[in-house]
Amino acid sequence: MSYKLIIIGCSLGGLSATKTLLAGISDDCMVPIILIQHREQKAEVSMDNVLTNMMQRYTKRQIEEAEDKTPLRLNHIYLAPADYHLLIERECVALSADEPVTYARPSIDVAFDSAARTYGSGVIGVILTGASRDGADGAASIEKRGGLIIVQDPLAAESNTLPKAALAATKNPKIMQLEEIGPYISNIVREGGASRASRATS
Amino acid sequence: MDPDSTTTVEQKDEIEAIEIDLLLDGIYRRYGYDFRKYASASIRRRIWKFAEQEKLATISAVQEAVLHEPSMMDRFVLSLTVNVTTMFRDPAFFLALRTEVIPILKTYPMIRIWDAGCATGEEAYSMAIVLKEEGIYDRCRIYATDMNEDVLRKAKTGIFPLSHMKEFTDNYIQSGGKNSFSEYYTAKYDYAIINQELRQNIIFAQHNLVTDKSFNEFNLVLIRNVLIYFNEELRGKVLDLLHESMASFGILALGKRESLKFSRLESAYEELDSAMKLYKRCA
Ligand SMILES: C[S@@+](CC[C@H](N)C(=O)[O-])C[C@H]1O[C@@H](n2cnc3c(N)ncnc32)[C@H](O)[C@@H]1O
Repeated sequence: MSYKLIIIGCSLGGLSATKTLLAGISDDCMVPIILIQHREQKAEVSMDNVLTNMMQRYTKRQIEEAEDKTPLRLNHIYLAPADYHLLIERECVALSADEPVTYARPSIDVAFDSAARTYGSGVIGVILTGASRDGADGAASIEKRGGLIIVQDPLAAESNTLPKAALAATKNPKIMQLEEIGPYISNIVREGGASRASRATS
Repeated sequence: MDPDSTTTVEQKDEIEAIEIDLLLDGIYRRYGYDFRKYASASIRRRIWKFAEQEKLATISAVQEAVLHEPSMMDRFVLSLTVNVTTMFRDPAFFLALRTEVIPILKTYPMIRIWDAGCATGEEAYSMAIVLKEEGIYDRCRIYATDMNEDVLRKAKTGIFPLSHMKEFTDNYIQSGGKNSFSEYYTAKYDYAIINQELRQNIIFAQHNLVTDKSFNEFNLVLIRNVLIYFNEELRGKVLDLLHESMASFGILALGKRESLKFSRLESAYEELDSAMKLYKRCA
């Protein structure tokens, strides 16, 4: 399988989980990474660029807050900005100011579902700690279209509502410890790239 | 046999894509509204939301209803496009307008401003307040346009729910407002009516950015939170239209998360304030 996109969902408390995950993804993992993290309206870390600056220390990839129609670059990380939904179009990110979905904007469901519809089986969806069930339906949508779903072990997650809901909504999720996820993803993306290369030369 | 059991998810997605194309084509031919190049992922969600509101089970059913009933079409347009707006939305933007744009505008004897996609008018009235406080409102004409007549009707009344005034006032203060915001409206029952003197130089008119042409030349064009409705190709087309309508060294203002980056106009404008999405035409 050759993967085209990694999309990660978690709630605000997911900052440390996200850092661990990003630090575990190897530099040669050449796919765009989208990060959907719930934000609190007034919270300090929700301010522009605070979150990206904090996370930039844990990865060599360029991490940026997505703007409308930002093209998807292979080794970049795109963070959904506060107060907009992020959707995936063929070549770029699309933002929308439509109402919150299940109280969330950005909504993980909205982003995951659009990724699934655009990239089908090329999507790896990762569900981390989360205090609401936003993300579970999106995970199901990715799985239904042939993508891969990885869920952080609910027992180890800071907040297990989302991981549990995602496990209930999907049939074949991979349950993993946080530290395992990055290396695992790097591996399967690399293998996908390799099988594509070997197909091209044969 | 249940057709669902034999149709795969991929086939269902494909059928849905066909239904959406047919619906938007039909609407264009029947009513002239062109949504065919709107950002596809969002428009798909909005169509489904409308279908749920109207208790229609499929997009084909939406097509039937919308084509046969003009009143249904009005509701469809509203649910596809309308979005909340507030006065002094993103106060930092209006502060930047005061400090970076107004000094440039002050050098012109007559100032034409286009507020494209003005919705219910809050943005245009906010502009009017800033221009008034900066002493140049009398030299300005604000053309505030939208494709949707319903929102324009509301905009023209200059009447807003009193309950919104708290938010408007907070935004006004953060945007560097110089007076007491309550001086700009009269409260009556549950409503606030914007002062006549702020309304006199605003012209509200219907204009569709997709199907209508350039109609004047402007020193300042605001198009905030509108380009996000469009797909990349249509955004390019609409930006070309705005460019045609821009006087030399005219200023373009986009929404907080929109940008000229990666568009073909990028090189025709310099950044006046990149964080506030203010651009200035190079020549
Ligand atoms: C979110 S509102 C923006 C209001 C205001 N500019 C702001 O930033 O708060 C978007 C508006 O764009 C309008 N719009 C959408 N498509 C349009 C088109 N093709 N031509 C003109 N206006 C359009 C909608 O009717 C809606 O009122």
